[in-house]
Amino acid sequence: MNLKALNLTKKYSATTAVDSATVTLEPGRIYGLLGPNGSGKSTFMKLAAGLVHPTSGEIRIMDEPLSEQSRAHVVYMPTEAYFYGYMTVCQVGQFHTDFYADFSADSYQKLVTDMGLDMDMKVSSLSSGMSAKLKLAAAAARSAQIIMLDEPLNGIDLIARDVIMSAIIQIANENNTLLLSSHLIDVMESLLDEVIFIKQGRITMQGNAEAMRAEHGKSIVDIYKEVFAS
Amino acid sequence: MEYNSRYPIYLQVISLIQKQMVQGEILPGDKMPSTRALALQYEVNPNTAARIYKEMENMGLCYTERGLGTFMTNDNNIVKHIKRDLADKLTREFVHEMSELGFSPEEMKKAVEEEIK
Repeated sequence: MNLKALNLTKKYSATTAVDSATVTLEPGRIYGLLGPNGSGKSTFMKLAAGLVHPTSGEIRIMDEPLSEQSRAHVVYMPTEAYFYGYMTVCQVGQFHTDFYADFSADSYQKLVTDMGLDMDMKVSSLSSGMSAKLKLAAAAARSAQIIMLDEPLNGIDLIARDVIMSAIIQIANENNTLLLSSHLIDVMESLLDEVIFIKQGRITMQGNAEAMRAEHGKSIVDIYKEVFAS
Repeated sequence: MEYNSRYPIYLQVISLIQKQMVQGEILPGDKMPSTRALALQYEVNPNTAARIYKEMENMGLCYTERGLGTFMTNDNNIVKHIKRDLADKLTREFVHEMSELGFSPEEMKKAVEEEIK
C-alpha cells in the first residue's frame, strides 16, 4: 500500500479533530475523503503529510514510518493559496524546483499551459479560479506516490471546474494514489474509485464507490446525505 | 458530464457509446480513444475507463490490438442488434411506466398512435 493510517488521532485541547482513523490507500486508485466542513478532512491530510503531529496513532508511507525521508513521497495541496503575490507563475515554478527534488519544470509548464495560464502572469493578479489552477499545477508537477488535494474544486466556476477535473484525470496513474477531499460529492462522484466518509473526525464508512452504489441501490451523494443528516 | 449515479457509471458510458454506434457517429472498425482519452472525454476515473473497454470487449463490441489500441468490431450485425436492444429497452420502460400510471394495453397503444400522428 502507499499510505496507511492506524488509529490516527489528533486532539486540540477540548476538540478531537481526527478520532482513531484507520485508512489504507492503495496505488493506482483515486480516493474521495468526503465530509462536511469541519469534519477533519484537512487535519487528516495534514497528519498524513507530516505537517501536524498526531496525538496518537501511526502513519506509514510506502511501508515506512512517516519521516523526513518518507515524507518526500507525499504531496499536500492545501485549500488556501500559499504563493507570494509578487511572484510570477514562472517564479512559482522555480520556487518549487528549489524545494522539491521530484518537481518537474517541464510537467509544470505543460500543466500551466493546459489549464490556460501564462508563465508571465503575476500571482496577485490571478482570479480565484486561476489561483486554484496554479496550486494544482504546482502540486501535480511533482512525481510523488501520494497526492492529496484538499478541496480542489473550492470556489471555482463551472468552466474552471472542468479544467481541474481533466487535470486530475491526467495526474492519476497506476502507481500513484490520489486523495481528494470535497464536500461537492455530486461533482466528484464520477472521478472516484473509493470513498471515505468522515464525520466529526471519525471514519464512518469506506469502500469501493461502485460497490457502495450497488449495495445501497443509490448514489454516493444520497448515501452521503443519509450518513451526515443523522 | 451528468450521470444518473444509481447505475454503474461504466454501464452508462457504454450505453452512450452504443447510441453513437446506432446513430453512425462511431462506425464499425473505428479506432477508439486511449483509455486516458476516454476518461477525459467522459470525465470518469481512468480505472472506470479501462473497465468500459473490458466490458465492451466481453460484449463483443470492440477488440484490442496489442500496441495499436482499441477498435470497434467490424461486425455490422452488432449495430443492428444494439438498435433492437435499445428499442426493446425503451419500449419496456414505456410500458412499465404507463402501467404504473394505470394505463391499459389498449390505452397505451392509443397514446402511442396519437403521439406519432
